[in-house]
Amino acid sequence: MSRVRVLVGTRKGAFILTSDGKRGRWDVSGPHFSGWEIYHLKGSPADPNRVYASQTSGWFGQIIQRSDDGGRTWHQPGTPPGEPTTAPDGTPKGESNKFVYDTSPETGKPLTTHQWYDGTQHAWEFKRVWHLEPSLSDPGTVYAGVEDAALFRSTDGGKTWQELAGLRGHGTGPQWQPGAGGMCLHTILIDPSDPRRMYIAISAAGAFRTDDGGKTWRPINRGLKSQYIPNPEAEVGHCVHRIAMNPSRPKVLFMQKHWDVMRSDNAGESWQEVSGNLPTDFGFPIDVHAHEPETIYVVPIKSDSEHFPPDGKLRVYRSRTGGNEWEALTKGLPQRDCFVNVLRDAMAVDRLDPCGVYFGTTGGQVYVSADAGDSWAPIVRDLPAVLSVEVQTLP
Amino acid sequence: MIRVVLPAHLRTLAQVNGDVELQVEGPVTQRSVLDALEARYPMLHGTIRDHVTQQRRPFLRYFACGEDLSHEPPDAPLPDAVASGVEPLFIIGAIAGG
Repeated sequence: MSRVRVLVGTRKGAFILTSDGKRGRWDVSGPHFSGWEIYHLKGSPADPNRVYASQTSGWFGQIIQRSDDGGRTWHQPGTPPGEPTTAPDGTPKGESNKFVYDTSPETGKPLTTHQWYDGTQHAWEFKRVWHLEPSLSDPGTVYAGVEDAALFRSTDGGKTWQELAGLRGHGTGPQWQPGAGGMCLHTILIDPSDPRRMYIAISAAGAFRTDDGGKTWRPINRGLKSQYIPNPEAEVGHCVHRIAMNPSRPKVLFMQKHWDVMRSDNAGESWQEVSGNLPTDFGFPIDVHAHEPETIYVVPIKSDSEHFPPDGKLRVYRSRTGGNEWEALTKGLPQRDCFVNVLRDAMAVDRLDPCGVYFGTTGGQVYVSADAGDSWAPIVRDLPAVLSVEVQTLP
Repeated sequence: MIRVVLPAHLRTLAQVNGDVELQVEGPVTQRSVLDALEARYPMLHGTIRDHVTQQRRPFLRYFACGEDLSHEPPDAPLPDAVASGVEPLFIIGAIAGG
């Protein structure tokens, strides 16, 4: 019987929730990395026992952790303790937490600054890894979306990281600016039909696409309208919160923007608004049903500044028509006095039938629906604030 | 032997209990002690000093012999009591945050 493994990153550690395919009884493991912020964990589709984790701290900076046994044990994939930090020829060995922006003339030179809050230009400064996206086919290859916004890649299981500087250097960087949460690259989608094609999204710059494996990039924001920036239809500067894709239709993308839920049917060449009858079109996560590519999920949030559910009712909204027509999903979710948020990386779907949907809240609850959203139940209620939720469907 | 006291989270990363003892060649300074520390515990690279600038991370401090040495030049000699191993060099995490 199939199993699921839910990987939860929180403000104070990581938790791993496991269940059989019924998704009714759960085992909870954790906290792993107690006391550290775990922005994201994600398993390799090519080897589910390999899981990568981003461990960060305002005191000690960034750490990358890796498990090769499904999260039971972890290690930093650099040099083990007691071993020399240099190879016999004197070259440094891997340092798994070293993210250094590419400043070589060939790749990094075109861009060294971005827009700061006051409109001046500001140098790029590495702060943390927001999102880890393992390769679909190679367990040793993994991408990291970081703050200040850039994309890094490791091809040695997380031991060393190199920036794909064509993104940061492609030309619009001086117009990127941080959102309230920092200038983060939070979304990485790999096209399963063409691994050279990837999509990424940055707050607040927008969405970008590469068709050559990350060497060159271009903005894909036509159709986005953001009333809060000087030119609402600018090429970049949009606060994209999340993009989702169903692997069976990789050219169809769904986006939760700071305001507006959007869709694209042509790999991001153009976008149309599909907010329809949502009570508010602000929110953070968005996801797509595993087997119904026109069924999508969002969690409407009241904004600006409140960032909690409207009327104190925690409601997931589902559209079975690819947007515009939405229904509130409330069964099992608190419908009074609920003032939590659901962050952008804190929703996921499994591959079982019926499709399971999961999300975590800043109040420390992780909810599961084992029936595609019709009903919900908490797996855990009292974790630290949840930053991210991923799920692995295991044989 | 130089003795270094690490914050709890860094002891966990380095997989050590209690003080760390290091052999330091040449002058005993902040830089030489931290270089020796990172050479023995490579997983601590970047956690005390920034990878690129080698600057002390803002929420960490260096204390020894009851003095805050955080703003001393990195190549200034540490107190004799630290160099002789009588007193440890404390790496302290700021009491801050939530």
